[in-house]
Amino acid sequence: MQPLVISQFTLANSLGLGSAATMDALRARRSGLIPCAFEDVDLEAYIAKVEKLDSYRVRPDLSAYDCRNNRLAQLCLEQDGFVDAIEAAKKRYGNTRIGVFLGTSTSGILQTELAYRHLDPQTGALPSDFHYAETQNSYSLAGFVTHYLGLTGPSFVVSSACSSSAKVFANALRMMAAGVCDAAVVGGVDSLCLSTLYGFNSLGLVSRFPCRPYDAERDGISVGEGAGFVLIERAAAASANNSMFLLGVGESSDAYHMSTPHPEGLGAKLAMQRALDSAGLQVGDIDYINLHGTATRSNDASEGKAVADVFGDKVPCSSTKGWTGHLLGAAGITEAIIAMLAVEQGFIPGSVNTRQLDPAIAIDYRIENGAGTIRRVLSNSFGFGGSNCSLVLGRQA
Amino acid sequence: MMRLYVEGVGLLGPGLDGWSASRAVLAGEAPYVAAPTNLRASDMLPAAERRRAGVPIKLALTVGQEAFLQAGRETKSASTVFTSSGGDNDNVHAINGILATAPREVSPTRFHNSVHNAAAGYWCIAAGTHEPSTSLCAYDASFVAGLLESATQVVVDDAVVALIAYDHGYPEPLHSVRPITAAFGVALILTRQQSDKSLAAIEVGFGSGKVSETTMKDEALEALRKGVPAARVLPLLAALAAARATQISIDYLDDNHLDIRVMPC
Repeated sequence: MQPLVISQFTLANSLGLGSAATMDALRARRSGLIPCAFEDVDLEAYIAKVEKLDSYRVRPDLSAYDCRNNRLAQLCLEQDGFVDAIEAAKKRYGNTRIGVFLGTSTSGILQTELAYRHLDPQTGALPSDFHYAETQNSYSLAGFVTHYLGLTGPSFVVSSACSSSAKVFANALRMMAAGVCDAAVVGGVDSLCLSTLYGFNSLGLVSRFPCRPYDAERDGISVGEGAGFVLIERAAAASANNSMFLLGVGESSDAYHMSTPHPEGLGAKLAMQRALDSAGLQVGDIDYINLHGTATRSNDASEGKAVADVFGDKVPCSSTKGWTGHLLGAAGITEAIIAMLAVEQGFIPGSVNTRQLDPAIAIDYRIENGAGTIRRVLSNSFGFGGSNCSLVLGRQA
Repeated sequence: MMRLYVEGVGLLGPGLDGWSASRAVLAGEAPYVAAPTNLRASDMLPAAERRRAGVPIKLALTVGQEAFLQAGRETKSASTVFTSSGGDNDNVHAINGILATAPREVSPTRFHNSVHNAAAGYWCIAAGTHEPSTSLCAYDASFVAGLLESATQVVVDDAVVALIAYDHGYPEPLHSVRPITAAFGVALILTRQQSDKSLAAIEVGFGSGKVSETTMKDEALEALRKGVPAARVLPLLAALAAARATQISIDYLDDNHLDIRVMPC
C-alpha cells in the first residue's frame, strides 16, 4: 500500500484524557483497573472507567445523541488539539472530502438497557425521551462525530466486535485510494454497559482480578471503556522524517468459532503476514508488537503461538490491557495510538499485573517498561466471529 | 466513478423468494404479490449452529448461497461485506429484557449472537473462508455504505466481494421507535473483471448534496423500499432484472448520495 500520514491523534480512557495522560500512566505503571462499581452491576470483577462521563453532557445542539458512548466520543475529540486539526483539514480539503470511519461494538446500548427498566406499565412503551437512532443504533457514533465535526463525506460504523476500530484503517485507506475522499477521521469508542459485562461473564471470560495478560495464571478479561481518533491524510511528496505513517494493514477471518479463536492462531497469522506484505516489510523491520493480549486462556495461547510462528522470539511484545482493560470496539484504535506513542517516545510499554509469564508461549514478552529506538510497530486486534486485523505503523524506510 | 461487475444476485424478502423467482416481478413483467418472507435455515451450517441461527443469519446465508451458486464461485474465495441497520433484533430485545430484571442471566449463545458481525462470523465458518470480512452500519443508508465499501475493495484490492445486506423488524417496544416492516436480505457478487456470468457492469460514485432518489413504480415495492433499510437496493435490482441501461440515485447521509450507472452485459 501507499503509506498514509497520521497527522493527528487523540485518546481518552481510564488512564486519563489525552496522549500525555496515557503516557504518564504507562511510565508510572499506574493501571486504570478498579473493582467493579458501575450502575448496579453485581459482578465480582475489575473494570476501567472514565469517571468524568457520569456528569458530562454532549453539546446542547446534539442533545438527542446524549449517551455514555457519545459523551466519551466528545470528551476525546476535545483533547490533543484534535478539533483544530480537523478545522484546518476542512479548509484544505473541504467538508465533503473527509470521510469518517469509526468502530464500536455496543454503541449507546446502555441507554436502551436503562430504558427497559422504565417501560410504560400500561402500554409497555419506551420512555418518550428515548432516541433510538441517536443512541442505540450502531451508526449513532459516526452520526454524532460527523455532526460534531461538521463533516459531510462518506461515513459508516464498522462493528466487528473487538477488531472494529483497527479495521477502520483499512476502510479509510481504500476510500482514499479509490478517490472517494482525500482524508479520513478514523477511530472508535466503546463504553461500559451491562450487555458486555454480563455477556462476557456468562462465557466465563471475566477475571475476578485485574486482568493478567500472558500470565501463566491468567483467567480472563477486565472490561474497560475508551475512545481514540486519528486524522489520516495522503503523504506529501517530501514528508518529514519524523512523520507518523500507516504503513500496512492485514485482515483475515478465522472461520473457526463464534467466540473462541483458532487454537493454532491461523487467522491471527494470516492478518499479521498480510499486514507485513501490504507494508512491504520483513519480520526484522518490526521493533515492537502491541498484542491483542486479552488475558483469556485461549486468546493469549492462540495469539502467542501465531506471533511465535511469524516473528519468533526476537521482537519485544506486550499487551497494554493490564492498564486500560479490554476496550472492545475501541481496543484497536487505543492500542494503535499507544503503539505510535511508543515510536514517538522511544518507549516500550511492559505489562502491568502480569507476574509469571506463561512458559508455553515462546515470544519476547516484556513485563517491565523499556526504552530504545522504535521505528515500526505492529498492533493486533482480534474479535468475536473470528474477525482479525493487524496494523503496521511508524516511520518510513 | 468506480466500475465493477455484478456476477451473481441473491434475494429473500416478502413475496420475493429468491432472485430467479423474482426477476420478472422486479422487471415489471409480473405482478408483485406480497407474502411473508420465507425464512429458512441454510444447509451450509452444521445442525448445532442451524438451531442457534436467528433471522439475520438465515437471511444472510440464504441470499449469499444463492448469489454464489449463480456466479459459479467457491464461497471460500471471496471477501465479504455485511451491512445492516441493526443486528439480531429479537436477540437484542431479549437481552435488554433479561438485563432489566434479576438475575440477569444472559446465555453465552445470546451474547455471542448479539455482536453486529454475528452473521459474518457464521458465514465465514459455513463458507470456510479466511478472506477479510467486514460488518457495517449506517442506519437507513447501511446498504449504500456497504456498496461503497465493496466497490473500493473491488477496485483498490482487486478482490471478489460478496456484499450481503439484511434487515428485519424489532419486536415491541423497539418496533415503535424503529419500525422496520419486513425481513429482507440481498447479496451481490462483485468483481473487477467481466466473466461469462456477469449480469451487468455498474459504476458507483459518491456524490455530495441531496438529489431525488430513484423510486419503485409498484406501490407495494416502493413501500418495501422505504420500510426496510436493506431494501434500498430495490431500484438497482429492478435495473438488473430488466437488463436495461439505467441511472440510479440512492440517498446516503443527510447531505450526500450514491450515483449508480447500470450497463447490462
